[in-house]
Amino acid sequence: MNAVWNAARSFLLLEVVRGMALTLKYFFKPKVTINYPYEKGSLSPRFRGEHALRRYPNGEERCIACKLCEAICPAQAITIEAEPRDDGSRRTTRYDIDMTKCIYCGFCQEACPVDAIVEGPNFEFATETREELYYDKDKLLANGDRWEVEIARNLAADSRYR
Amino acid sequence: MITLTVDGVEIEVEEGSTVMHACEAAGKEIPRFCYHDRLSVAGNCRMCLVEMERAPKPVASCAMPAANGMVISTDTPMVKKAREGVMEFMLINHPLDCPICDQGGECDLQDQAMGYGGDRSRYLEPKRAVENKNMGPLISTIMTRCIHCTRCVRFSTEVAGVTDMGAIGRGESMEITTYLEKALASELSGNVVDLCPVGALTNRPYAFNSRPWELSHTETVDAMDAMGSAIRIDTRGNQVMRVLPRTNDDINEEWISDKTRHALDGLMRQRLDRPYLRGRNGRLAETSWAEAFKVIAAKIKKTRPGGIGAIAGDQCDSESMYALLKLMEALGSTNTDCRQDGSVIGGKGRSGYIFNSGFAGLEDTDFVLLVGTNPRHEAAVMNARLRRRWLDDGLQVARIGAEADLTYPVKELGDKVSILTEIAAGKNPVFNKMKRAKKPMIILGQGALNRPDSNAILHAASALAKETGVIAGDWNGFNVLHTAAARVAGLDMGFIPQNGGMNTQAMIKAVQNGALEVLFLLGADEIDLSSVKSKSFVIYQGSHGDAGARFADVVLPGAAWCEKDAIFVNSEGRVQHAQRASFPPGDAREDWAIIRALSDHLKASLPFDSHDALRQQMMAEHPIFAERDVLTASRFKSQGKTGKISDKPVKYAISSETGRSFYMTCPISRNSVTMAACIDAFDGNLGKAAE
Repeated sequence: MNAVWNAARSFLLLEVVRGMALTLKYFFKPKVTINYPYEKGSLSPRFRGEHALRRYPNGEERCIACKLCEAICPAQAITIEAEPRDDGSRRTTRYDIDMTKCIYCGFCQEACPVDAIVEGPNFEFATETREELYYDKDKLLANGDRWEVEIARNLAADSRYR
Repeated sequence: MITLTVDGVEIEVEEGSTVMHACEAAGKEIPRFCYHDRLSVAGNCRMCLVEMERAPKPVASCAMPAANGMVISTDTPMVKKAREGVMEFMLINHPLDCPICDQGGECDLQDQAMGYGGDRSRYLEPKRAVENKNMGPLISTIMTRCIHCTRCVRFSTEVAGVTDMGAIGRGESMEITTYLEKALASELSGNVVDLCPVGALTNRPYAFNSRPWELSHTETVDAMDAMGSAIRIDTRGNQVMRVLPRTNDDINEEWISDKTRHALDGLMRQRLDRPYLRGRNGRLAETSWAEAFKVIAAKIKKTRPGGIGAIAGDQCDSESMYALLKLMEALGSTNTDCRQDGSVIGGKGRSGYIFNSGFAGLEDTDFVLLVGTNPRHEAAVMNARLRRRWLDDGLQVARIGAEADLTYPVKELGDKVSILTEIAAGKNPVFNKMKRAKKPMIILGQGALNRPDSNAILHAASALAKETGVIAGDWNGFNVLHTAAARVAGLDMGFIPQNGGMNTQAMIKAVQNGALEVLFLLGADEIDLSSVKSKSFVIYQGSHGDAGARFADVVLPGAAWCEKDAIFVNSEGRVQHAQRASFPPGDAREDWAIIRALSDHLKASLPFDSHDALRQQMMAEHPIFAERDVLTASRFKSQGKTGKISDKPVKYAISSETGRSFYMTCPISRNSVTMAACIDAFDGNLGKAAE
């Protein structure tokens, strides 16, 4: 009896029919993929993307060249040089991040006492050359200016858990 | 000996020790801010509290004399609570600006707050703020950070001998100040930065430059003066960032002078980083090593041996001087001199040109006669030791030379050295004082030794020394104080004219009249060649485009003293090994290697191919160089020749009269921005003090 049933199943292609039925079911279900880059998924406020150096609302750069991020960086991707600025305050003359070395661990952001270096929500910074990924201070500050609204919102959203 | 119990362990300490010493002897670490081994006890920070049996309150261990039978506990809950209380008070007014503070990472308060600090503040009232004080170009002040340990005040009054610092106000309104908003006029002022346990006083030229964890440390010895102070050079990459003192009780205790500390920023300015050749148009033009050597070889080939001379400078390492000496020997020249200033010492036994008693000998002496020396400028750290001796037990100091403030009282004998013969003949009360003293000492400065009549001065001094017990039994207080780090090594290896060779002055004269055709300057920058407009061929080998390079026909770029492993012999005759802290820039090479390479081109190859082989040969020929870090006594021989000492006043080697400032005595310091700022700020003061 069993042999008959097996033969019938093979001849009638029952597995294929069942598979096609599943395909048909999903054909009519709403899609889970999104139409990137026209659509994007949501990101956690803790998302660790491209780095940015922030400014205070009055335009003064936050970074005070304490070099804690440089010290904590496990990939040694950060290079800082500092000097007294004309007004005597402690500022960086050089703040470089080698994004090809960076492992996006977020330690720099955690170490920063003034919330200057942050990893923003941007993850779309692919480049055609390596050199473009050697970020300097201007690039990082420009990132900060560009992403400040999102960064500030994320920090505010996450502040309860810090 | 006193016996007491610390944390259940019975230990013995010497009479006069404090409870803190006893705790340390028992291996217990006692936190402290105000207490410092080399300063008086203030007992005002209260961080060193310990519990003592039968005492109602915890006691400050730094100020409590140890006594027999004391029972001390250092790790009870009471001690911890007391220290936490002290720390909390200390942090009430201390700003939370560690991230921008240069002391961050090497701060006593930071470290000890990890052990005794709370994790949050209970203090909600406004913190106090204090105005910063102006303390000159070397020290920047952020007085809000000050915790009033008064170490800086005690250092400047006790060790440096300037009463410019103090505290005004009481309680919360107490402020450390320089009273008149003026710079700390001392050659040792930089040491207050090391002493400050917080970031209130920080190193101004080094401000915000780097963090302590970024630096690599090289323990070496200083060559800015002839003391050979123990220092640590901190570098980041190949850049020298700062210089700190190390402890060496025999030499510098734990202080260094401002020149030692700050002059190394001149290291990379005006630096020679490739060989230069003077072209037809009279300008120096870049060239290659091979070309430079070829030109030198062609010139020397045409020159008779007597027409070649070599002068070694003040900061040369022993190895390069030895290599040059051997090269001159191979070329057949006897015109060699390491005494750029025209000094007459050397050649007559080692004890005739070294600081025989050692700097530690200053602890034993009870009378010091200074002859033509201003130790405040020539050996600032040694001067602090003299001051301490005066402070502790009234050491008597007499001086032949111009009046200058040495920070302790000095009996003036006038500035004519001829008085020395008078003293030696017993016609001056100083003679009797020296005679009565148990361990009298004469310190001869370079100012007395580079005059035409210096042989007579040396003779008179050595006669006086024998007469008055300066040299008696084990004690040898006949001391020559040098200003050049290379001098004693040069004299030890005989880098002086041999067999009728010419000395420095004779060579300069011979260059003028053409008798000397080739002059080799090894880092010799203190001789004035501006008057020498001659046909002779000058080779300069050194680190900086300074006085020597200006008149050179060929410039060979060498390494500065901190850029090579080298042997230096300090004023005491102590052989010390310096370590390389950074590498010479560009094409510049270590000096001995340049001379070795040159010798091949001159067909006079030197018999060593490595630094080790050179050292071995040097130590075999001059065994004194193998005696590392020790003082070697040698029999005293009469120095100098009888003669008449002229009535001309003696000029100090470093003074406004000789045109040399304390802050600029070598190519490195002359190119230092910080030293230039110091001259701007201080030489009004110091110059006047010296006059």
